[in-house]
Amino acid sequence: MGGRGIVTAVDPGLADSLTPGMALADARAMAPQAVVLNADPAGDAAALARLAAWCGRYSPWTAPDQPDGIWLDLTGAAHLRGGEHVLAEELIGRLKRFGLSARAAIAETPGAAWALAREGSAGIMAVPEGATRVALAPLPVRALRLAAETAELLDRLGLRRIGDLYKLPRPALVARFGFATAERLDQALGLLAEPLSPLPPAPIRSSHRRFAEPIQRPEDLAAATASLAEALCRRLAEAGAGARRLALNFYRLDGVVLTLEAGTAQASRDPRHLARLFAERLDRIEPDLGIEDMRLTALLVEPLGGEQAPLDGTGLGDGGADATLAALVDRLENRLGAGSVGRYRPRDSHIPERAAERVPALTTGAGGTPWQPDRLRPVRLLPRPEPIEATAPIPDDPPVQFRWRRRVHRVRAADGPERILGEWWRDPGEPALRDYYCVEDEEGRRFWLYRAGLHQAGTTPRWFLHGFFA
Amino acid sequence: MKRQEGLAGLKREIAGLARAARTDHGVLPFDVPAVDAVLPEGGLARGVLHELGGVGGDAEDGVVAAAFLAGILARLKPSLPVLWCLAHEDLHAPGLLARGLAPERLLCVRARDDRPVLEAMEDGLKVRALAAVVGEVGDLPLTASRRLQLAAQHSGVTAFVLRRWRCAGMARIEPTASVAAVTRWRIGALPSVPRNGEPGVGRPLWRVELLRCRGGFPARWIMEASDATGHVALAAELADRAPAPAERQPFRLAG
Repeated sequence: MGGRGIVTAVDPGLADSLTPGMALADARAMAPQAVVLNADPAGDAAALARLAAWCGRYSPWTAPDQPDGIWLDLTGAAHLRGGEHVLAEELIGRLKRFGLSARAAIAETPGAAWALAREGSAGIMAVPEGATRVALAPLPVRALRLAAETAELLDRLGLRRIGDLYKLPRPALVARFGFATAERLDQALGLLAEPLSPLPPAPIRSSHRRFAEPIQRPEDLAAATASLAEALCRRLAEAGAGARRLALNFYRLDGVVLTLEAGTAQASRDPRHLARLFAERLDRIEPDLGIEDMRLTALLVEPLGGEQAPLDGTGLGDGGADATLAALVDRLENRLGAGSVGRYRPRDSHIPERAAERVPALTTGAGGTPWQPDRLRPVRLLPRPEPIEATAPIPDDPPVQFRWRRRVHRVRAADGPERILGEWWRDPGEPALRDYYCVEDEEGRRFWLYRAGLHQAGTTPRWFLHGFFA
Repeated sequence: MKRQEGLAGLKREIAGLARAARTDHGVLPFDVPAVDAVLPEGGLARGVLHELGGVGGDAEDGVVAAAFLAGILARLKPSLPVLWCLAHEDLHAPGLLARGLAPERLLCVRARDDRPVLEAMEDGLKVRALAAVVGEVGDLPLTASRRLQLAAQHSGVTAFVLRRWRCAGMARIEPTASVAAVTRWRIGALPSVPRNGEPGVGRPLWRVELLRCRGGFPARWIMEASDATGHVALAAELADRAPAPAERQPFRLAG
């Protein structure tokens, strides 16, 4: 650090003697007892984001406000916790238990809440409706989130309090201190809307449960998941929507938030189905000292008509919703990863590896082109053609023997060539031409081989194995 | 008189036990009299587990076994999809079409290795909206095969395990290990027959062995590859030829 270190943050206990921004050498002289830790801005930012996620137990809408704040939108959420002040007190109390000192302010506008949280007279403030203007008036102007030089300029001119700005004529304010200053004032007072970008995409529907006692047992987690799914599905039904992507958050007693995500192949609001998407993975959740809250959020919803049709459309038998195709696809995809279940669809390409296209399992429609049953095609096709050592003494004839994976195959009979031109307009790097042969070895195994490019005198042609016939 | 009654009673009892061992989901005939004759009730049992594997050079790739299976699937509840679970996705839809299986019916599940493949199969076997569930695995533990068999019996969805041996040695040893499959098949390629003396690759021939069949008899045939409707046929003109190379180890027949 040498002598050039700068103090970036100070614990409250030392705030009397030290201030951020002072040289480290000075700080050491003034407070020799201080413990110096290296600043870790990236780590701090990540920790703040984690904390913002944890605050999701108070509101579905939270966002970190780098470097040192967290936004919570409590609209419609505070009454669930016994009012705004009670909520703020609990939040600050919990943060204190995590070893964090924090201040909270609840106000009508983000700007006012920001100002009061940092410069307010009390550590916890809740400004009643309509009292914003009065509450902000005694605060220093820097509480308006102004650029440092603007705040300094205002201060020098004697405009120390936000209330001082109220009296200034608007044109003078804009002319002297810039449009941004006027805008910040208007935002704080609620004269100008201030959109905030939330941490996750604004959830459309979610359900939330708080437990009187933190829960740990797997069966309790499963039961809570089921009841959350039911509550969510009721809301989805009211909105005429179904969920396509879901997140289940677990708020742990130690402030850690665990998340499981799940997707559905088609919109669903069948609570049993949605709960089952998570059921298999609940054992990955380590409850530690206990889970205090759980929240199930539909991250992506799609319109879904009144009564949910049987998922498979074939309405088969007594298996009911358990045993439908769509439910199966969802289960498999959630366990094996997105895209692990697919269908094949013909594609308009004569390049063998492009002739079949893999599409999501529940894609409907057969695609634009029909299959080409008249072409002789292998049953298995290697994902990548594998180079082989082939002996082909006569140009433009199939090889008489070849070596693939260390085994030599003598060619007993062969068909071909079938000349396939590369789609150079799609991939300029690939050889322009392949000559395919179907060859049979002495055992009767049939292989699909090709020579890349035209046979040219003086060069060794490159041969590949591409597939197997049956 | 009394003795006869006793015998009839025993016979009834045995028949009852045999029925209990099987399930009543019916059978799928091959429409080849010689094959259907050795299978109980004249066809491949539905709603049970069958095991297929390659033999000879086909052991590792299971190409001929897959094509043989495609022919069976082509005729098994053709309006319903087939769940095909595998770790290395190398199926080529146009090639399966040529053996009778419409690619539109395929639902392909890609898993990391054998265990998730078997798990996916078990999930699929609970879904009656499927015609069949296929899984390609190397290992098939006895317990896993029992679970598949039970799930298939319960739902009536037919299960096929396609063994892809990792090496020739495994292909020789594994068929002797016990598996809860109702039938076990080995299918390999044979040199093709020239078409009317023309040069080139002729009509493909398969060596089809039924190693084990609960309630039926082991047997082997030489067949012509299944056609676009999924039907196989015995290679009549070659019926008198030796069915397998002489140096092949005889399989131990279980069950």
